[in-house]
Amino acid sequence: MAERYTSFEPGGRRWLWQRLTAAFLVIVLAFHFFLLHFLNHADEVTFALSQARMQQLTYFSLMILFLITATFHGVNGVYNALVNSGLSGSRKTAVKAILGVGSLLVIIQGVRTALAWSGGVPI
Amino acid sequence: MSQSYNRGLIEDFSRWREFSAGMWAWIFHKFTGWVLVGYLFTHIAVLSTALSGAAAYTNTIQALESLLVVRILEVGLLAVAVFHILNGVRLLFVDLGVGLEAQDKSFYASLILTGVIVVASIPTFLSGVSI
Repeated sequence: MAERYTSFEPGGRRWLWQRLTAAFLVIVLAFHFFLLHFLNHADEVTFALSQARMQQLTYFSLMILFLITATFHGVNGVYNALVNSGLSGSRKTAVKAILGVGSLLVIIQGVRTALAWSGGVPI
Repeated sequence: MSQSYNRGLIEDFSRWREFSAGMWAWIFHKFTGWVLVGYLFTHIAVLSTALSGAAAYTNTIQALESLLVVRILEVGLLAVAVFHILNGVRLLFVDLGVGLEAQDKSFYASLILTGVIVVASIPTFLSGVSI
């Protein structure tokens, strides 16, 4: 048996979460593309149409979950790719901090945008 | 603890003629992943124009969608997303121990299906744009 060619820690949870978010994203990303390019056409997008969708709690909560899982999956994937390429030591810590802050910013900005459409959490 | 391993010349791209299907799948999955995470940040930035008001958002999106180059980039994004989804499903199955012996064939199937879906989607993605 050769070495384990992986950047995931043996017994760690990052591998599991990468796969769980992947299973969710496969469905939701396909739905997102289908809804916004085939059922609705990109050139017909208006604030009012986005607002009408975001004012439904089901759609709003699905998009927030989509934002969080996509950000985690993407950033965790980048981090693991870099670790896989030999990133270590203080550079690894710095990259982890930058990616963590970047993720937080994109999630905050995404939630603010969703709230701008919905005018508040649509409960 | 995370470790990186010395994989010798596996990542030496000058050896690309020797790469197997699995190696290409790994490269394409990584490349499409980088594109998608880069796009996620860009996408949120563009959508954030909604914070400046309804008119700013609608005008920004419609101005972008009127450009042929944006539509072509969207077709590229579709190609990248569809491949990442299909190859991701392939990886999930391989992780579960299903289809490991046919992993090269499932990679080729992912490529072909991506091509078919993208070509079939081009008319929809280019509709209403003036050249």
